[in-house]
Amino acid sequence: MSGDLSYYGIAADWWPFAFILLAGALPTYVWRFLGVVSSGKLDETSPVASISRTVATALVSAVIGQLVFYPSGSLAEIPFSIRAGALATAFAVYLVSQYRLWAAILSAELVILGWFALV
Amino acid sequence: MTEADGSNEREMTVEARGETAASRRIYWFRQGLRHLTPPAFILFGAFLGFAGLCREAGVTWLESAFMTATIWALPAQIIILGASTAGTSLVATAFAVTLSSVRLMPMIVAWSPEMKGPRTGTGSLLFLSHFVAVTGWVFAMERLKDVPREYRTIFFAGFAVPLTVINTVLVAVVFNLMDELPALATGALAFLTPTYFLCSLYGSSRELSGRIALFAGMAALPLGHLLAPGLEVLFAGIGGGAAAYVAGRLIEGRRLR
Repeated sequence: MSGDLSYYGIAADWWPFAFILLAGALPTYVWRFLGVVSSGKLDETSPVASISRTVATALVSAVIGQLVFYPSGSLAEIPFSIRAGALATAFAVYLVSQYRLWAAILSAELVILGWFALV
Repeated sequence: MTEADGSNEREMTVEARGETAASRRIYWFRQGLRHLTPPAFILFGAFLGFAGLCREAGVTWLESAFMTATIWALPAQIIILGASTAGTSLVATAFAVTLSSVRLMPMIVAWSPEMKGPRTGTGSLLFLSHFVAVTGWVFAMERLKDVPREYRTIFFAGFAVPLTVINTVLVAVVFNLMDELPALATGALAFLTPTYFLCSLYGSSRELSGRIALFAGMAALPLGHLLAPGLEVLFAGIGGGAAAYVAGRLIEGRRLR
């Protein structure tokens, strides 16, 4: 795989948009298309369907993890302990509040704002 | 485990009605639109965060809005952002996005029969499937059963299409307003996205292995960072996901015994 075809691999204004379509929109849409077409024919309990769900979930959580473990920009200015603590607090509040997403998000933001107020 | 997942009624009551008056269609579109309040607010927060992440990654506001409108799957959008800063190749990026969005397929497999009316064509389902992501899916599974079948596509469109449009505009506007914001505010905004994902994925995963995968993927990331720098997300996704599947099977097997 040559590194040339990256997001800024071709120095043209249109290339990032082509990259978004080819690497982002197209692979996403393939699954939507297959979902509509195979509706009613797919066995959701098969091992293949099941393992594809766990891989997809783990991948998304790795994306979350990257924002917590190895962030860039202004997230990186918040210390790791605060980032991890905010996420853990949010998750605990989510469980205790019986799956209230707004309560979880609010508590994460309060941890971050609280840290900022103390510094 | 008392999660409101939305019931999955599969019966196909094909009622042959006469001409659908435009006014009825407008009525059901507006009914869908009226639901665009509580669940959508949280998603707005996640997209505010996305606008923050885009700024940090150094892409333009137009590219950010374009990603939102054409991909409409936040994890995939964040993978693209990550690829832009890391210089990941097109092929490796497309592969990561493909893996991250597999879950769209079972979601749409469950969504399609709910959407079908007596005259619903595959073409309109293929079009509307673009607007299915977690929020739209949960909305569809909860509300569609109360809507007459012939108006379900228009009802869903009334909710999901404006949701995508509003978020696209929101990303563009917030991105440009962020110049005025202090670094703390952009950091706090950017943090909305991981919180939103962790909690909503946990809430919507029905199987034990899915919940294990959530923790396995995160735990495998530092390992991937050491072993396969640059490809750590792929490493953690495949490794963590496979491990979670095996662990889930083992635990469920023990329960059965």
